[in-house]
Amino acid sequence: MPSLIDIRRRIRSVKNTQQITKAMKMVSTAKLRKAQDRVINSRPFARMAAEVLQKVSAAASGDERIFEHPLLARRVEKTAQLVLITADRGLAGAFNTNLIKAAQQFLAEKNAAGVQVEFELYGRKGRDFFTRRPVTISGEVTGISQNASFADAETLANKLIRRFETAEVDSVYLLFNEFKSVLAQRVTLRRILPMALPEGEAPQDYIFEQPPAELLGRMLPAYVQIQALEAFLETAAAEHAARMTAMESASSNAAEVISKLTLYMNQVRQASITREIIEVVSGAGALE
Amino acid sequence: MAGLLELEVATPERYLLKEKVVAVDVPAANGMLGILPEHAPLISELGCGSLKFSTETGQSRVLSICGGYVEVASNHVRVLAARAEYADEIDVKRAEEALKRANERLLHPTPGVDMARALSAMQRAQARLAAAKAAAH
Repeated sequence: MPSLIDIRRRIRSVKNTQQITKAMKMVSTAKLRKAQDRVINSRPFARMAAEVLQKVSAAASGDERIFEHPLLARRVEKTAQLVLITADRGLAGAFNTNLIKAAQQFLAEKNAAGVQVEFELYGRKGRDFFTRRPVTISGEVTGISQNASFADAETLANKLIRRFETAEVDSVYLLFNEFKSVLAQRVTLRRILPMALPEGEAPQDYIFEQPPAELLGRMLPAYVQIQALEAFLETAAAEHAARMTAMESASSNAAEVISKLTLYMNQVRQASITREIIEVVSGAGALE
Repeated sequence: MAGLLELEVATPERYLLKEKVVAVDVPAANGMLGILPEHAPLISELGCGSLKFSTETGQSRVLSICGGYVEVASNHVRVLAARAEYADEIDVKRAEEALKRANERLLHPTPGVDMARALSAMQRAQARLAAAKAAAH
């Protein structure tokens, strides 16, 4: 049976841990609010850009030239590019694990179909995992997940566009965590290249200052950038949400452990008191 | 009066504005574009310059924008700019310095300097300065 002092020590240690998890939860809550604001701020642009793109592509669909656009080129898939966006830090529940698992599944599926996969790794967790494994890595970036800017998205998008245009890769996928709500994140795999033009009916009587086909050609690269930015911002918000939930459950778990240990400590104390009384009583009885 | 226009201005990172306006001047790629209510549907690329709009109460504001698209449809103006900021947010000093630097690069081309980038930097700085000036009046 452990001594009273040992149990007290354990309670103190669990209390310390609980303080840390509580503090981390509060930090994540504050950061989540900021990240959420950025997601909400960027959504109207993404939505409107998609609508305009749809109209322009519908108007341009009669023009043969658009099918020659390099970002729409459909080739036989020999090499696929996977952009894996993970967090830089752990302690966020299954957040990074889920992403890595999905990446491994993607790799297995593509390999089974005879397709090579090249990884572009954003975030330290994904990089740490895959650099130690026999996979092809085309690049890695760490340290931006907390405050990814449009410039970062531009850099990524331009690299992807260049690799796609020079036929180094035949398709490009983004793998990231979508921020559904504070309690739910969803691992999302999205093919961004070759682009699929949104379908829809052609707009009526629009005046196009530039020919639709030309307009479309210049809109497509910008749309890749927007999608990259969206993935960054969503993942950042989802990361903080996941950490907040994980730390919340860690704190309540610590509280439970503390109450169990306290109960056990009292039982041990009671037992030792009882034992002492018995010793005194039986000692007195022996003297008679 | 034929009603009002709804003006929305957004960049990839920021949703700047959603407001009812009576008129808006947009710097399109082919020159300034004045839009009044009941304008025909239109889609155009944007250039660099100042976007001006006036509200029902007669107030007007200026934004500096650069690159992107504008869509006009059923009294709805959507400005999707690559860069946009309110004129009163512009750091005039920084813009002046950027303009000077870009001018320097364009006047004395040295190998290794990206001329297209310098040119677009100059346009951006000019657009910012023009917007700041227009807002001051």
